[in-house]
Amino acid sequence: MTEIEEKVVLSPERLVKVQEIIKRYPEGQQKSALLPILHLVQEQFGWISAPAMDMVAELLDLQPVEVYEVTTFYTMFHLEPVGKHVIEYCRTGPCCNMGAEGVYEHLKSKLGIKEKETTSDGVFTLKEVECLAACGWGPCFQIREKFYLHLSNDKVDEIIDELRK
Amino acid sequence: MAEITKILTEHTDKPGIETYKVYRENGGYNAVEKALKEMTSEAIVEEVKKSGMRGRGGAGFPMGMKWSFLAKPEGVPRYLVCNADESEPGTFKDHYLMKTIPHLLIEGMIVSSFALGANKGFIYVRGELMYVIKILEQAIEEAKEAGFLGKNILGTGFDLELIVQPGGGAYICGEETALLESLEGKRGNPRNKPPFPAVKGLYQCPTVVNNVESIANTPWIVLNGGDKYASIGIGRSTGTKLISASGHINKPGVYEVPLGISVREFMESDEYCGGVRHGHQLKALVAGGSSVPILPAELVYTTAEGNERLMTYESLADGGFVSGTMLGSGGFIVMDETTCIVRNTWNFARFYAHESCGQCSPCREGTGWMTKVLERIENGKGSMSDIDLLVDVAKKIEGNTICPLGDAAAWPVASAIRHFRDEFEWHITHPLEATRPGAIYMGEPVLA
Repeated sequence: MTEIEEKVVLSPERLVKVQEIIKRYPEGQQKSALLPILHLVQEQFGWISAPAMDMVAELLDLQPVEVYEVTTFYTMFHLEPVGKHVIEYCRTGPCCNMGAEGVYEHLKSKLGIKEKETTSDGVFTLKEVECLAACGWGPCFQIREKFYLHLSNDKVDEIIDELRK
Repeated sequence: MAEITKILTEHTDKPGIETYKVYRENGGYNAVEKALKEMTSEAIVEEVKKSGMRGRGGAGFPMGMKWSFLAKPEGVPRYLVCNADESEPGTFKDHYLMKTIPHLLIEGMIVSSFALGANKGFIYVRGELMYVIKILEQAIEEAKEAGFLGKNILGTGFDLELIVQPGGGAYICGEETALLESLEGKRGNPRNKPPFPAVKGLYQCPTVVNNVESIANTPWIVLNGGDKYASIGIGRSTGTKLISASGHINKPGVYEVPLGISVREFMESDEYCGGVRHGHQLKALVAGGSSVPILPAELVYTTAEGNERLMTYESLADGGFVSGTMLGSGGFIVMDETTCIVRNTWNFARFYAHESCGQCSPCREGTGWMTKVLERIENGKGSMSDIDLLVDVAKKIEGNTICPLGDAAAWPVASAIRHFRDEFEWHITHPLEATRPGAIYMGEPVLA
């Protein structure tokens, strides 16, 4: 564990939000707040480190392992450092029917990286994901909350160039 | 055929329908007023029973019957949980409905919670749809300000709080007991049943889990009555169904159809899919989301016995697994002659291997084996015995797991081999052509 990783503190606004979230559930069921809080952690740091998990365990009065077993189950949580923009590209059948495989090849060559890699400037990380429930609007990928739909090679170029600026 | 064809999407084209104001101007929340002021909870359950509406998440279990199973012990809270985890490949109707007309789901949650006697309700949305979660939270705030949520709603003494919960990216959490585990902050491992959620669900309390589309139908049923709902459709397929249409068609999108129209009409009418994309022919159809058996072109418009195939639970299932399929979640995936069935089957198998929670050995191991064998066939390295091996593995997964993910993984593989065995054999006998780039591709972009 590096020194930087040990200083994991949520921002004051997020700490307020954490308390609001915990209050939504019945008395003694604060564990239900785990997934929403992990999303807040990832929103702030971009990924979820082991010290961050320990901090969450403390916030919710859980054993650290209860947090580890959850972060390792759900694929949205990044357990390694990632680039500024994580491109989550849908690789599932219906999107492939809409031409997702060809566009994906183009995206990889445009970025010069393979799946799970980050560009050398630290701007993009590429991740393949399963169906994003946007099949009729595919090919598609997601960066944080935003969906990019009806992708084509040209559209991919535009998006990447825009985000690189 | 009844004249009513739009229950959920009647107002979806209206600008600003995502806001409380416009939704209310179009008759929104009238069902809450009627339900809370003029009806008893028993009467609402009765209307939903009469409607014959079947759960729209995929399993098709009658919603009213599911509601009537809810245990009601004294002093124990009951919960309504909306399953908005929509993750079945080919299905994007709930995503569409929630982002377009969020108040319809909120209104449905209110009348349904009142019918069930629940004072706290959860909407569990797949985590990838964080922007939709924010839309729903905004809608909840607006409804609260207008007095349709919170304490003593409309002065009737009924209290309701709604919470939108994000998932974390796991298909399995669409299975209702896995969803409840996830909502409790745990890994999404499905529970053994019994006990069913109706008896011991969220926090071990009686719970009803219903799909977004199912809940969104309840305001209309409250206002118009179950009989009127049941007058749409044929036999045990009543009402309308949202169909997510994707693949090689001219107009991919979400369409609301009155159950009972023909598959041909849905495919070819300009009101719906607008036909197989120009210049191409139909090769296969996955009618109800990736898990249902694939149908070859010759079984799409007519059943094996020559009857016209209809968009109903029964007609799509006509012929069983030999020559039929299922309506499922309504994920209508159309494939034309450019589609490689082997590649598509491998893709779906990989999906299920990726999404298996790992609890049950047949599913955890079997989905991985099927994926590896299919990948090797697709890459021109398969042998003839691999085909029967796949059939055998699929058979050993099916029915041998706690939850239906095992079946969902087995059916697409078994049905693809049943109907397209020659294509699997061709890949094995023509390894070079099979892997040559562009020789067989999953399809060119439809919308590029």
